[in-house]
Amino acid sequence: MTTPFYVSPEQVMKDRADYARKGIARGRSLVALEYDDGIVIVAENPSNTLHKVSEIYDRIAFAGVGRYNEFDQLRIAGIRHADMKGFSYSREDVEARSLANQYAQSLGQIFTNEMKPMEVEILVAEIGDDDTDDQMFHILYDGTVNDEQEFTVLGGDASALAERMESAYSENLTLPKAIKAAQGALAGDDRTLEADDLEVAVLGRSNGRRTFKRIEGDDLLGLLS
Amino acid sequence: MRRISGAPQVPEGDVAHKLNPPHGTTCVAVRFDNGVVIAGDRRATSGNLISHRTIEKVFEADRHSAVAIAGAAGPAIEMVKLFQLQLEHYEKVEGRALSLNGKANQLGGMIRQHLPMAMKGMAVVPIFAGYDLREESGRLFQYDVTGGRYEEREYAVTGSGSLHAGTVIKMQWRPGQSREEAINVVLSSLFEAADEDSATGGPDLIRGIFPIVATVTADGFTHVEDDELAGMYETIIADLKAREVPA
Repeated sequence: MTTPFYVSPEQVMKDRADYARKGIARGRSLVALEYDDGIVIVAENPSNTLHKVSEIYDRIAFAGVGRYNEFDQLRIAGIRHADMKGFSYSREDVEARSLANQYAQSLGQIFTNEMKPMEVEILVAEIGDDDTDDQMFHILYDGTVNDEQEFTVLGGDASALAERMESAYSENLTLPKAIKAAQGALAGDDRTLEADDLEVAVLGRSNGRRTFKRIEGDDLLGLLS
Repeated sequence: MRRISGAPQVPEGDVAHKLNPPHGTTCVAVRFDNGVVIAGDRRATSGNLISHRTIEKVFEADRHSAVAIAGAAGPAIEMVKLFQLQLEHYEKVEGRALSLNGKANQLGGMIRQHLPMAMKGMAVVPIFAGYDLREESGRLFQYDVTGGRYEEREYAVTGSGSLHAGTVIKMQWRPGQSREEAINVVLSSLFEAADEDSATGGPDLIRGIFPIVATVTADGFTHVEDDELAGMYETIIADLKAREVPA
């Protein structure tokens, strides 16, 4: 077949979007949901050294699915942005919304102008002083930002996962219940996920200045039992 | 310019003096059985005048380390803030905290970069103390104005009152002391330094202003509360009264 002389812009964008979506769908998913003390993020992750969920700032967390090296790059850029802003102005001036917008710009730029889009989907979560101010921003490979409430799912078979979370979720869950809800939704009907298969972290209002805490090892086993 | 230092003006062009001025203030750190105690007085001076009675010279650098500063107040506090930022930034990016050696090295680098300002009279000379999770013990570091780093086995001191405070610690410190014994040694040393050096403030019992004292152990950085310090000072002062000859 000869190389077409002309490819419509719509086709180019569609090809890029398909490429990115395929890359993301191959990977494992994660769920973020509000619970009584803040936001908990549960990712299916067999590794306990390569993290998908990380701390960005005092009340802000990051999570990513898709290509690890790409979202890890975004993670580090986010920490740099937050630390610089907090240092130049003040810690309370650092917000997830501003970070999410930066990410959106960056990902949008790359989607349109680079040879290949980033095969990632990322989440920026922030807790407020009480649960009315909790925020979750879901940013897609092309820079689309969605402001989510209650819970959000990233990666894998997102719609099926979202359905399962819809039935599992309720307001003001305690932490153990919230983690179990996420664990069940991530596993689905055909399999079970153990503590070893999960990466769990919270943004907890009662955790002091740095609200981000990983829940791992015996602590996680304790909460899942 | 507000200085933690109360050093007298030195002649222009006298570089040697500029590199080694005695910086007003006294900050000390000692090792004890479970970690380190670090403390600093509360006085800031501008020439002969007291410019601040409650300045804080001891800072938590991160969970398992602390810095105490001497020198020009503005640049010193800025260096501490930058140091705290560096440590937290590293921890978030890498996923784990720096080793204590790494932190001590970082601080040395910052002091080295500050040398041009130091030569203009705005030196910053901190002491660094922390709990080393790998070695499971407290460790202390002293610096010079060029950023040279010197690990101390017993105590570290900085500031114009450091010679007086250091001598007191030398007499009273023993390896493996308890937390209370170590805090007592530190308070005595700061008291004597304040007694001999006008740029170092002693406990202000009228206003209830005490040195900032903190411990760093495996459990992290903790301030020693004023109530505890007040109690310890009562004993120290009673002992001091006992040794004075009535006028």
